[in-house]
Amino acid sequence: MNALTEALQISKPIKVVPRSRNLEALLLFFAAGLNAFELAQIQLSILERMTTDLFTYWLPPVLFAFLLHLILRRRASEADPLILPIALVLNGLGIAMIYRLDLATIASGGAELFAFRQVMWTALAMAIAAIVILYIPSQLFLRRYVYTAMAVGIVLLLLPLLPVIGTTINGATLWISLFGVTFQPGEIAKIALIIFFSGYLVDRKDSLAVVGRKILGIRIPRGRELGPILVIWLASIGVLVLQRDLGTSILYFGLFLVMIYVATGRAFYAGIGVAMLITGGLVASRLLDYVSRRFDAWLNPFEQANYDAVGGSYQIVQGIFGMANGGLFGSGLGGGVPQLVPLAESDFIISSLAEELGLIGFFAILALYFLLVSRGLKVAFRHSDEFAKLMAVGFSFVIALQLFVVIGGVTRILPLTGLTTPFLAAGGSSLLANWIIIAMLLRLSDSAVDRQTEVITR
Amino acid sequence: MIKELRRVSLVVAAMFLSLFIAATLLQSVNTEALADDPRNVRNIYESYKTQRGPILVDGKAIASSIPSDNAYRYLRVYENDIYSAVTGYFSVFRGATGMESAANLYLSGQSSSQFFEQVNAVLSGNPVTGAAVELTLDPMLQQAAWDALGNYKGSLIAIDPVTGNILAMVSKPGFDANLVAGHTSKKVSENYEELEADPSNPLINKTIGGDLYHPGSVFKLVVAAAALESGEYTNQSSFDNPVSVQLPNSTSEVFNSSRNACGSADDVTLIYAMRFSCNVPFVELGLALGQDRLRAQAELFGFGKEIRVPMIATPSSFPEEMDEAQLGLSSFGQYDVRVSPLQMALISASIANGGLMMQPNLIESVISPNLSVILAPQPEVLAQPITAATAASLKKMMVQSVTKGVASNASVSGFKVAGKTGTAENGDDERVTLWFTGFAPATNPRVAIALVIEDGGGRDFGASGNATAAPVARSFFQAVLR
Repeated sequence: MNALTEALQISKPIKVVPRSRNLEALLLFFAAGLNAFELAQIQLSILERMTTDLFTYWLPPVLFAFLLHLILRRRASEADPLILPIALVLNGLGIAMIYRLDLATIASGGAELFAFRQVMWTALAMAIAAIVILYIPSQLFLRRYVYTAMAVGIVLLLLPLLPVIGTTINGATLWISLFGVTFQPGEIAKIALIIFFSGYLVDRKDSLAVVGRKILGIRIPRGRELGPILVIWLASIGVLVLQRDLGTSILYFGLFLVMIYVATGRAFYAGIGVAMLITGGLVASRLLDYVSRRFDAWLNPFEQANYDAVGGSYQIVQGIFGMANGGLFGSGLGGGVPQLVPLAESDFIISSLAEELGLIGFFAILALYFLLVSRGLKVAFRHSDEFAKLMAVGFSFVIALQLFVVIGGVTRILPLTGLTTPFLAAGGSSLLANWIIIAMLLRLSDSAVDRQTEVITR
Repeated sequence: MIKELRRVSLVVAAMFLSLFIAATLLQSVNTEALADDPRNVRNIYESYKTQRGPILVDGKAIASSIPSDNAYRYLRVYENDIYSAVTGYFSVFRGATGMESAANLYLSGQSSSQFFEQVNAVLSGNPVTGAAVELTLDPMLQQAAWDALGNYKGSLIAIDPVTGNILAMVSKPGFDANLVAGHTSKKVSENYEELEADPSNPLINKTIGGDLYHPGSVFKLVVAAAALESGEYTNQSSFDNPVSVQLPNSTSEVFNSSRNACGSADDVTLIYAMRFSCNVPFVELGLALGQDRLRAQAELFGFGKEIRVPMIATPSSFPEEMDEAQLGLSSFGQYDVRVSPLQMALISASIANGGLMMQPNLIESVISPNLSVILAPQPEVLAQPITAATAASLKKMMVQSVTKGVASNASVSGFKVAGKTGTAENGDDERVTLWFTGFAPATNPRVAIALVIEDGGGRDFGASGNATAAPVARSFFQAVLR
């Protein structure tokens, strides 16, 4: 009786913030604490004292994470509460490891430092993620720009091939260089292409799913429905040949395969796609010198000839030594020698982390990614809109596949390729792309919730 | 779409599962093989992070780690070249040798006796500090041995015959271990390559390792020991005394080094043959004893055994399956008999110690950073190669060799010295190897030594055990007995 009177007395509408936002806030505090702890451990272990630098590397991502949290409270209150804290933990861990490697570089008299730039890029990437959440109210907005996204994606992919700004690093032509800043436009192209694939596949899924003749009991689509997959395959081969990057090539093609399979439900696409992927890989390993070296280094890394070869297995083997040295519990942050591995702060950051955090830490990192990807897939399962479903699959799968390709390369499941480890590896474009993906997943997870169950009291 | 999403989820799960499995294989299954790979330098980096314990002689550090402000944290420094054979080196780029390698577990703090300190190190985050290794060397005798050898290429080892403690261990030329302990890869490589290419092999501890030497006449001690132990001979047993003896089934003849008979008598006694180091009677004796008995005696003295001091000494060898001519040559330490100075010193030490051979040892004690004694080796009998009676008889022969025989240059006035010289041939165009082994004072032995001088002491002619090696022994004994 009393409660009813009270409720009646409240006249203005109350917006109920769901409990998930409070859970997110709690997890963010925990993530921020963890990041501070990592940095403190590194300083104490290597410098043997704590300095104010800790705040330089800790505070910006944490502040931006809480800013994102506040925006979510107002603009996407039903968004998944785990996604943002997981991204913060991973990004903070990456900064901590890069800072730790910087300290080793300083100790040995080097000057090429990465941690400060990584923090700046993180702040920028999170700010852009905030803008994405604020200005893209729902997936319907993106639906209008599907073909624009295609054009943007293709332009971004081709940019590194342009003269003057195109830049080749370690043999791969994946970068552009403008005003002294190098950027990998392919990372952003990923997002544009996922938006395009989703829109295109939703439009065409029925005709793509139409079956033609039946050969040997398998329904084969008509010739013209094979068009898109052939185009993507050729584009991937183009990346492999022109930009000399196996990882990116596998990433785009694998991503498209999964999305076309989910859209049409035709296992045929997956089958022929995998066959094309393997054929392409084998042919490339015969014809392209750098691919064949990668294959040799993958299959027999410990052979001295491969170990000594330029672009051979030295890096893989050193990474494996590092991980083995870490063992079950690791050497502790600051206790190992991850700087012995070339590119310890980018391509091989996972072996740096595995060396110092041990198998246990490696498992924890993989588990975080797995959780992140499953939250993304959960959005795909729950969303009622097919365009949003496809985008959610695309964004989740691209993280999973990229992780599989790069960590699989380091742990010798696959030939080594030069993809970045999402959130961990040093590199601005990768951070930017992955934070935009986080923003998209948060947005989609909010709109996935059935609003009719929401209680609005008056 | 739900069915497809489920399948994609399964694919994602499978990808993660394979990553989990690969991580497990690398980090918990194959770790030991990977850690042992010579291309993995992490172990050495690891050991550079802990403050390695010092190597001490008489409480003074001859090798120690000082803080360094680069990635390695500590720099290993060596005090003096005269200990280079003992300490060896500890290098980031070249690994470790000598005591640095043999006592690495203690020096690096990884031995099981420092278990609680290791646990404490894990909990506190401070690396464990290595234990100090105190050596048995006597700095005065080490210096005396170094000085006595002068500019000769060779080595000298002195052992306390009663305890087995090694009192001096010098190999010449020495080297500056600091040259390879540095932190600059290029510099260390250059220095190392220079040392490695040096034909006088400074990096090898010649007392225990490297190529072994022909013993020449010092091997007569083993042949005489076998004869006395057989019970069929005494030091008065007599042998025919021709000018030369023809080796069985061979045209070669063996002469005494004087090219004359061994003394003017028709017969020569064993003790006389030893005094003047006559080859002919020893060929007769060796052939009479047979190779099995010689080999058995050599093995009792330690031939063929891996002796640890704790550095591992190259085992000395007595050839297998010889014909009679080869046996004849072996009877005075030629053909293919090979020994280390350590082996010869152990033979003299057993004679000095009444037939008991003590375990040779360089480690006096190991002291942990909290000053508790982790290890303090006690004297230990390694073997009894000869009876006390045989030892006494051999001692008499060695004393006479010095007082009135061909080891006369080792005599020290006022003391009785026991010794045996050797001049080993290495082939027609090669310079001889010069030996002295013995002990002093003969009545109450304080040191047993063996010294070897390579390359004829730098001379093509005129070098002999007595002319070249015995004076070195004399100046060393003078330092001991002073």
